[in-house]
Amino acid sequence: MTDLASLATDPLFGLPLADLWFGLLFFIFATFLFLDGFDFGVGVLFATREDTDEREQLLSAIGPFWDGNEVWLVVFGGAMFAAFPAVYANLFSRHYLLLFAILGALILRGLAPEMYEQRHDEAWQRWWGRAFVVGSLTAPFFLGLFTANWLLGATTIVTLPGVVVGLAVVALTIVDGVAFLRLKTRGDLREGLRTDGYRALVAYLLLIVVTLGYVYGAAPALRSALFSAPVAALVLATLVLAGVYAAATWADRYYVAFGAVAGLVFALVGIVAGLMYPIIDRAGGLTVETAIVSTLPLNLMSIGAAILLPLVFVYFVVLYSAFSGPIEAGESY
Amino acid sequence: MIDPVFASRLQFALTTIVHIVFPVMSMGLAPFLVYFTWKDIRTGQPIYEQLRRFWTRIFAVSFVVGTVTGIVLEFEFGTNFAAFSTTAGELFGGPLALEGMMAFMLEATFLGIFVFGRERVGNVLYMCSAIAVGLGTWLSALWILIANSWMQTPRGYELATENGQTIVQLVDPVAAYANPRFPWMFVHMQNAAVESVALFMAGLGAYFVFRHHVWGYPVERIGFWETTLKFGLLALLITAPLQVLHGDLYARHVVETQPQKFAAMEAVWETDSYVPEYIVAFPTSIQDLFDPRAKDIFGIGIPGGASWLASGGDPQATIQGLEEFSGPQPPVAIVFWAFRIMVALGFWFVLLAVWGGYRWWRGELLEDDLLQKALMISTPLGLLAVELGWVVTEVGRQPWLIQDVLRTSEGVSTGLTAVEATTTLAGFAVVYLGLLALYAYVVVRIVRAGPPKVDGPELDGTGTPASEVQADD
Repeated sequence: MTDLASLATDPLFGLPLADLWFGLLFFIFATFLFLDGFDFGVGVLFATREDTDEREQLLSAIGPFWDGNEVWLVVFGGAMFAAFPAVYANLFSRHYLLLFAILGALILRGLAPEMYEQRHDEAWQRWWGRAFVVGSLTAPFFLGLFTANWLLGATTIVTLPGVVVGLAVVALTIVDGVAFLRLKTRGDLREGLRTDGYRALVAYLLLIVVTLGYVYGAAPALRSALFSAPVAALVLATLVLAGVYAAATWADRYYVAFGAVAGLVFALVGIVAGLMYPIIDRAGGLTVETAIVSTLPLNLMSIGAAILLPLVFVYFVVLYSAFSGPIEAGESY
Repeated sequence: MIDPVFASRLQFALTTIVHIVFPVMSMGLAPFLVYFTWKDIRTGQPIYEQLRRFWTRIFAVSFVVGTVTGIVLEFEFGTNFAAFSTTAGELFGGPLALEGMMAFMLEATFLGIFVFGRERVGNVLYMCSAIAVGLGTWLSALWILIANSWMQTPRGYELATENGQTIVQLVDPVAAYANPRFPWMFVHMQNAAVESVALFMAGLGAYFVFRHHVWGYPVERIGFWETTLKFGLLALLITAPLQVLHGDLYARHVVETQPQKFAAMEAVWETDSYVPEYIVAFPTSIQDLFDPRAKDIFGIGIPGGASWLASGGDPQATIQGLEEFSGPQPPVAIVFWAFRIMVALGFWFVLLAVWGGYRWWRGELLEDDLLQKALMISTPLGLLAVELGWVVTEVGRQPWLIQDVLRTSEGVSTGLTAVEATTTLAGFAVVYLGLLALYAYVVVRIVRAGPPKVDGPELDGTGTPASEVQADD
């Protein structure tokens, strides 16, 4: 047991805490992107369904979940603030308007389903339905744009690679949404979604190829990292997982397909983290080692996270088990 | 274009002022919902199912709007107050991260079960979800108030230099997080939240009781509203006196720890003894009318009152005046008036509680028209008092962002341009005021739709609608 006085001077159990927190930060981000990703995907797919009952089913599918899913973004912000305060400050103030664009999109996405259910007249639902689609489409796009700008150290809002990554994230969230909805629906709706999933998957793969091509050709600082073992392995894993997703969707193995999407999301975020490390704020010139908070708060946060994050996973298991399985027609929670 | 420092301050003020409404509603409703759920499960009486379901709808809307408006606040520390985040991240980031992991997660996940899962989960898990949601809202406040109270009474830190910048380094986490202000703030805020919701419930109940018994429009399920009125009144009887008594002690703590803020609350410029407690005060010259820092003021007040308040009973006590503090002063008039109106409201709520309690004890609760009207008018006043309390706390701390450590003007992001800051300020002015209006609209709709119809015998109203009485005549 580490004694209390040494908490201020030595890292807990001699662990490489700076690197672990870098990893944890991206793990939290990936969890957010996977979980809220299917909410975004459902929001985009909402635009492609005209039938009132089907639309209700889409909303019911994410009803109990989206709020908890979004909190992973809050935890991401909190973890970055606590572990890398200088990065939090630099990054968010540098990408000022982009950050507020993300927040604006999240406001629309969060508010719209709640408002949609409040009244049942046609005009009201048409407008809040649109707001839901716009929020769900722009939130992942801006998140992808932000992440690419962060990785490349860009200082302008709109960058070409950023737009490509943004579109890739949108495509991935649609794949995610399809996998989730095929777990939660039945019948024609479930069957019809298969094609949406394939299309989005192909789009995602193409956009990722373009992104990696850009990194190889136009970002010499990242080129060597592209061929490092972890990144190369994750790129390969993306191809394999895409194959698994396609096969499982074809064979109606819903849980396998859903798991494959989780893998795709974690692989993408892993690629970003692998390309970034050991730098954490390229434009601000900060590495993981220089940006990490001092030892005492770092140790305390590590203890806190080690206790609380496993508990949070228990909450999610309880929540998802309580609402497992497809929604029955006409059922709304 | 507005100066980025001023725009950032205004934007933070606007976004917090709007946001706080929703957590106050959810924190205040939490204990009621835990109780209603418990009684619903234990007794199976329709009234408790109605109370649980109706107030859960209000809770759910408050929570959703609270979530979307609250995430913005967390990110604003990075976007608009980057210098502050770099300086104080070591102390300030931890509580925010813990708030997310410990509190917000608990609340948001179990809310899914609490709102959507009554038919899907067993009684035990459902009850646990109610408790988890309630606990989550209160733990959220705990961490946010730890962070805020540290800015009021910073402890447990040293100044250090890192990457060429002066930063606040954590040296004693117990002293920092269990700082002297924290317990005062937490009790005052949580009690205020319950009191605000108590007023909200009592006000709505009074409206329908009045409509039914006085105006004579029969209200469906009037028994529900009578019960709501009684629950609100009962909670008000407990919270209103506590808030005033606790507030009095809290003011003395502010005298000791933030004398500049207290001087602003009382508009005391020159150190003096036997300072009066002004009820109202105005600048003596017309030119100063719009200067919040006007020094020559004329006031009407209780002689020795402010000294008495500051010292806990001695009207001769000395109060440090604002002129003893070098540098800029807080906008005194804002703090002065916010404090006055908040205190007046606090006493008004005590009066309401006593008045209502007396009528209830005499068995005349539903017959006092004037009381119903007073309660109706007071429906949103608890929320107003909370807003004013936070204005006293935050505006009163100016010019400091972290008391005696960092000025607010030094905390704003340095790279921020006037165009960026003005754009988002304008955006938030539209979006947040829109959200507030939308929230009010939805709450009114829920209230007008009334409590849900449930199986089992309905609770009868204790009175007969006036129209029927007339018809019998």
